[in-house]
Amino acid sequence: MSTSDVVVTGLGATTPLGGDVSSTWDALLAGRSGVSRITDDWIKEYPAQLVARLATEPSEQIDRVRARRLDRSQQVAVVAAEEAWRDSGAGDAGVDPLRIAVVIGTGIGGALTLLDQDDVLEAKGPKRVSPFTIPMLMPNGPAAAVGLSIGAKGGVHAPVSACASGAEAIRWGLDLLRFDRADVVLVGGTEACVHPLPMAGFAAMRAMSTRNDEPERASRPFDKARDGFVLGEGAAALVLEREDSARARGARIHARLAGAAGTADGYDLVAPHPEGEGAARAITAALRDAGLSPADVGHVNAHATSTPVGDTAEAAAIRSAIGDHVLVSATKSQTGHLLGAAGALESVFAILALREQIVPATANLENPDDDANVQALDIVRGEPRRASLTAAVNDSFGFGGHNIALVFTTA
Amino acid sequence: MSSTQEIQSGLAEILEEVAGVTPADATPEKSFTEDLDVDSLSMVEIATAVEDKFGVAIPDDELGNIKTVGDAISFIEKNQG
Repeated sequence: MSTSDVVVTGLGATTPLGGDVSSTWDALLAGRSGVSRITDDWIKEYPAQLVARLATEPSEQIDRVRARRLDRSQQVAVVAAEEAWRDSGAGDAGVDPLRIAVVIGTGIGGALTLLDQDDVLEAKGPKRVSPFTIPMLMPNGPAAAVGLSIGAKGGVHAPVSACASGAEAIRWGLDLLRFDRADVVLVGGTEACVHPLPMAGFAAMRAMSTRNDEPERASRPFDKARDGFVLGEGAAALVLEREDSARARGARIHARLAGAAGTADGYDLVAPHPEGEGAARAITAALRDAGLSPADVGHVNAHATSTPVGDTAEAAAIRSAIGDHVLVSATKSQTGHLLGAAGALESVFAILALREQIVPATANLENPDDDANVQALDIVRGEPRRASLTAAVNDSFGFGGHNIALVFTTA
Repeated sequence: MSSTQEIQSGLAEILEEVAGVTPADATPEKSFTEDLDVDSLSMVEIATAVEDKFGVAIPDDELGNIKTVGDAISFIEKNQG
């Protein structure tokens, strides 16, 4: 194991709040919402009609011919990854391609391609199905497209753990660097599955908000009146390196990735453990991995999707693993839920909170839930709050009982 | 029946749409893979588009023999309606 710390030298994102990191962060701090109501004809029969669409279409950011061979989940992954790569300067640092790796997770993969090509199959027969169908729908497709884009030959990996996928990718990246299997790892998550079928599936689970007449107020984590999540799309990416080599090449360091851990609930396929037992174990293990105590943690960017059961389970986990002193933000209140990209995007937010020493507010938190754990937590609302932070946690959970916790510290 | 000129320009449109080839570059002597950087999956897409546009059928064993833009033009001329 390498003894050097792992640092974050590049950030990238394309989200419902903005087409890059700075516009996304500015919109987040300004309290803007990325949520709108779908107006297409097909939505009329749907109980849940809200969505958080990308602020900038990837077709404005990627060459047309290249884009037509990429599923939308690949397009946004490439946009975010290329921004992170440029931001890191690693592409100009002469890193051996054999020592560059990629880990990009997705919850669902190329669902739009699968569904669109099924329409082609039904309408025109098998000979008209695109030869790009398989590379566009496979869940490792975004990681592979990013690997080609930055010239990574040290390994390209694609964790799939539903809404924990993006966070799991970051954890894998940390391991690759600690085990000296690469010198630079581009990690992240991506999702783009706004389509009638996934919308119907999530709606059938009663997991989505039906506050159709008030899009911007629909995603309201920890609020008493929350009624489900809002499906979002986008991607986020980080460049990770060992600190010694990053410093040697003069890279700007946004933050350290001090620790990570993952657990499984072992409780139910989709329902979270009501006391957040597995989530708390993940946070505790990640802090131990980072060599920190709960008192060191000043900020948590919570998973908090705005579902009735998920948010209270997480509140219990945060309280038991960290305590009541920590400043909590639930940024899905503005971005919606980016599924496999959520953990990566919220890690970008946690890093920026550390770097800028400001904690984003949780929108729409008007009446905190009566749950004792929610009541006890200091969930930032109203305006972003200035704070003196040295360590921040991002936790992410996925259907299947996956729990990932990541610990970032100031550079 | 399309003229040779019509076939060449129709083929150039397809190449531009599918593979981003500049129409002026789609001249008969050009090899799809060597000169125009068209990969094997894109060749399948181009073949499908040619079938739809010109009403010809391109069997898989014939597709392998179509190496240049000129080969494609001759195939279409010989086989169209």
